[in-house]
Amino acid sequence: MYDGGKIITGIVIFLLFALFPIYSNFGKTYKPPKPDLNTPEIQKMEVKKCVEPKEYMRAEHMKLLVDWRDAALREGKRTYINSRGESYFISLQNTCMRCHSDKKKFCDECHKHAGVSPYCWDCHFAK
Amino acid sequence: MGMDRREFLRLAGLTCIGIGVGGAQLFVRARIASSEFAPTDERLNAERWAMVIDLRKFRTEEDYQRVIDACHRIHNVPKMPDPEDEIKWIWTEDFEHSFPGQMNPYVPPEIEEKPILLLCNHCTNAPCTRVCPTKATFKRPDGITAQDYHRCIGCRFCMAGCPYGARSFNWRDPKKFVKDPNPEYPMRGPGVVEKCTFCVERLEKGKRPACVEKSNGAMLFGDLNDPNSEVRRYLAEHFSIRRKPELGTQPAVFYIIGGEDHV
Ligand code: HEC
Ligand code: HEC
Ligand code: HEC
Repeated sequence: MYDGGKIITGIVIFLLFALFPIYSNFGKTYKPPKPDLNTPEIQKMEVKKCVEPKEYMRAEHMKLLVDWRDAALREGKRTYINSRGESYFISLQNTCMRCHSDKKKFCDECHKHAGVSPYCWDCHFAK
Repeated sequence: MGMDRREFLRLAGLTCIGIGVGGAQLFVRARIASSEFAPTDERLNAERWAMVIDLRKFRTEEDYQRVIDACHRIHNVPKMPDPEDEIKWIWTEDFEHSFPGQMNPYVPPEIEEKPILLLCNHCTNAPCTRVCPTKATFKRPDGITAQDYHRCIGCRFCMAGCPYGARSFNWRDPKKFVKDPNPEYPMRGPGVVEKCTFCVERLEKGKRPACVEKSNGAMLFGDLNDPNSEVRRYLAEHFSIRRKPELGTQPAVFYIIGGEDHV
């Protein structure tokens, strides 16, 4: 084999770079985000429920918000009747954020972790 | 290559099944909530919303300002320092610029000098909605020219299309210029167009537009298609004019100007 040494050093350097994300995180424990539900409005609730089941909200809240937005503004339907048959007034600021009034410890907690920064707050107040 | 035709087909088939199952799962996940949308119970409904402004009842500066402030305050309309950046939903203009076609040299001075209260006309044939490339502005079935800020890309075609100057563009971030924001209503950001929406968000809660409510009876709001509505009865008794009728846009804002209608 010609230039075996060079090739092997090359491969080692390549692996060093390529595997950097793996070994630099090795041994660190994964810290999932802990969205905080401790707000006055949620404290007041006897049964602590969101507008939909928690698992659904966790995975689909962005889609739900877009559906809310389109129903409210494009179809003029501002009542949301959820899968349990309960009605909510459609409003990001006055419904979601009334319960989740601590945006920093709730929405942002997950979003920072996931590296998303929804642009909604350019216009919508989070109280 | 060590893969024969049969092997290849087998793998391709399995792949297709895999994609199908995955896709179906996504579909199921997106629909787990058997939810529905409906209009609110309190909602005010009309076939064709319209407004009548009886300018005879606007006498002092305060009469105008009260109505303008009511709107601009609840909708977080900023007061821009530079008039070039002005944002307005409802404002005043002189007679000549409001009703250019109706101007003549003999218009009485009290009318020529009277401020005219202007806002979006919610035209039946709204040119703004025809030119909007994203349908951010569109006609609702009840006649309101709606504005969906989420879709606005800031192209300003609608501003070019509107013959009434009813639309404002946010050249700068408006947030800094709203002193005491109403936390119940959203702001707008730089790069979107905004205007009067006939208070759709209030109609949903059973309330008439803010300006009408604060006008002490000088402004009326109702269904143009209902002969018994307040606006229709008023229009039947008083001669009214609309802005630039010759353009064929069919404005839904009617003005009562000038003295009594008796001969
Ligand atoms: C009536 C109060 C209330 C309203 C309104 C509300 N939430 Fe919730 N939300 C809760 C509660 C309580 C939980 C925790 C539910 C549980 O533990 O089962 C929750 C959970 C969630 C979660 C999951 C958090 C996690 O730990 O996974 C998300 C995401 C969420 N809400 C978003 C929203 C959005 C978006 C809206 C508006 C569309 C909204 N919520 C409206 C009370 C509310
Ligand atoms: C349990 C964690 C969690 C909580 C709590 C949470 N989010 Fe999210 N949110 C996410 C994740 C993760 C994404 C990104 C999903 C993706 O990109 O696929 C996201 C995305 C979004 C998006 C879409 C962003 C985009 O750029 O497309 C919106 C809007 C949003 N969240 C709104 C909210 C609001 C409002 C709240 C608080 C009421 C909230 N979220 C609370 C985890 C959370
Ligand atoms: C350019 C400013 C702007 C941005 C950015 C924006 N919104 Fe809005 N949004 C508004 C305005 C203004 C209204 C109120 C319109 C009305 O009530 O007629 C509104 C209304 C809504 C509504 C329905 C009614 C309500 O009061 O909540 C929802 C839901 C909504 N927005 C969700 C979102 C979400 C989710 C995002 C981010 C992904 C977002 N918006 C980003 C300006 C904005």
